[in-house]
Amino acid sequence: MNKKIVILFLIVSMLSFLLFGCKSSNVQAPSSKKSITLAGSTSVQPLADDLAKAFMKKHPGTKIEVQGGGSAVGIKSARDGVADIGTSSRELKPEEKGLNEFKIAIDGIAIVVNPSNPIKNLTLQQIRDIYAGKIKNWKDVGGKDAQIVVVTREEGSGTRGAFEELVMKGESITDSAVVQPSTGAVKQSISQDPNAIGFISMGVVDSTVKAVSIEGVEATEENVKNGKYKLQRPFLFLTKDKPTGLVKDFIDFALSSEGQAIVEKYHYIRVK
Amino acid sequence: MLKKNRLIELILLLAAAVSVISVLLITVFIFKEGFSIIKEYGLFNFILGTKWAPLSGKFGILPMIIGSVYVTLGAIVIGVPIGIATAIFLGELVNEKVARLIRPFVELLAGIPSVVYGFYGLVVIVPLIRKMFGGSGFSVLASSIILGIMILPTIINISEVSIRSVPKEYKEGSLALGANHWQTIKGVILPAARSGIIASIILGMGRAIGETMAVIMVAGNSPKIPTGIFDQVRTLTGNIAIEMGYASGKHAQALFATGIVLFVIIMILNTIANVIARRVGEER
Repeated sequence: MNKKIVILFLIVSMLSFLLFGCKSSNVQAPSSKKSITLAGSTSVQPLADDLAKAFMKKHPGTKIEVQGGGSAVGIKSARDGVADIGTSSRELKPEEKGLNEFKIAIDGIAIVVNPSNPIKNLTLQQIRDIYAGKIKNWKDVGGKDAQIVVVTREEGSGTRGAFEELVMKGESITDSAVVQPSTGAVKQSISQDPNAIGFISMGVVDSTVKAVSIEGVEATEENVKNGKYKLQRPFLFLTKDKPTGLVKDFIDFALSSEGQAIVEKYHYIRVK
Repeated sequence: MLKKNRLIELILLLAAAVSVISVLLITVFIFKEGFSIIKEYGLFNFILGTKWAPLSGKFGILPMIIGSVYVTLGAIVIGVPIGIATAIFLGELVNEKVARLIRPFVELLAGIPSVVYGFYGLVVIVPLIRKMFGGSGFSVLASSIILGIMILPTIINISEVSIRSVPKEYKEGSLALGANHWQTIKGVILPAARSGIIASIILGMGRAIGETMAVIMVAGNSPKIPTGIFDQVRTLTGNIAIEMGYASGKHAQALFATGIVLFVIIMILNTIANVIARRVGEER
């Protein structure tokens, strides 16, 4: 009996070493010139995926892999060289600067309500007060007498980061807000609840929700492009060094008319 | 022959080692990742802090601890009476033929993926609560209802087994003394099966506290202490699952630390269940 316990202990410790040992040997293979990796913002991911597909079709034999992780991961992977291109859906903070930045698209952030909600226009101040929990009833912003159900994204989300930066300006979002972990879940909540308000990328607004005007400016592509619509953020490709080879080819492709056509397909705003 | 036996023994031993190693590795890993933030932020600040704003450096998880306790208690309030009633029904009141018809449904309940429970809650229960009681509908109540249903199989199965394993002589003795069937169930069988039933409740609690996906979809996930059963709530598991996608640095560490707290709570529950289950063995 004792012997068995000793053997079990030995096996456990041996296997533990094996498994722990794996960690250090599990280093990424050096990327060959025919294959690059993108990592970062999940908002940029679908677009980058499509760009990669079109690029690979045009240049057979190349491989471009697109991973998620969020803007913070994208910035970090670009800096650490874990990914060839990091992606971010927000401007870099001062302490994050020092990378090569390529703006490939602009995303407008839409403030959305249930289609049955009579509200058509809100000011930035009103949205800020609603999200800070100071305005709690729709009648205070010209709507019907009903409690506002505030829907937000989780901390760390790029869309939330952009919203906080563009709208909240240092105020924090109320703890009473419903937190949904994805754009899809936010849309689902808004489309179901006549008294809900939320924020999502303009590219994903559809008939299940209604985008309100901000300060009298309608949430349209045109208004984002001409800068009248204030709630917008850039989609960035980031590299550590000056891009060369396949990395440069891919960034050039994203900025080409072909690449920008794909940007447009996603209802994001072209930069070229 | 002897050699072959030794080989088989060794293979079985290896298989047993996999579970042990997995638990050890996971434990070491979450403690390694999460411990530094607890040390830096302070255990009491972490566990008793009421403000969770990881990007502003506030890591209080009391709202989530209380949230987990609320929805788990809610699930118990909803699931335990139904579960025990079903167990009595299956174990005592109906013959084996009928029980065999009903049992597959209970097993099916255990087999439904939690995301399906969550989706059902999202499109049926949440709107229903919104319509009846106002607010967002995402609430302690919605989570409790979904979890209450999800823990039914655990409670029914274990309780039924312990009701069935009450020695036949107890029941016969009680009936011989003139007690009717219901009096026998209430006065003899349930007390005799008490330990197993309590163990089933505690295992059900473990399931409820550990459930993640279904709860995220109906809880509303606001990181604050709920003020009532119609208020939104965030659980410990939800806290990790919602934010892990984008978390990095201290934020990620704080999520691992949330995992440590969850780990400790579940360890305590499992230990209690084990102690009670062992007592059942000794009583027999």
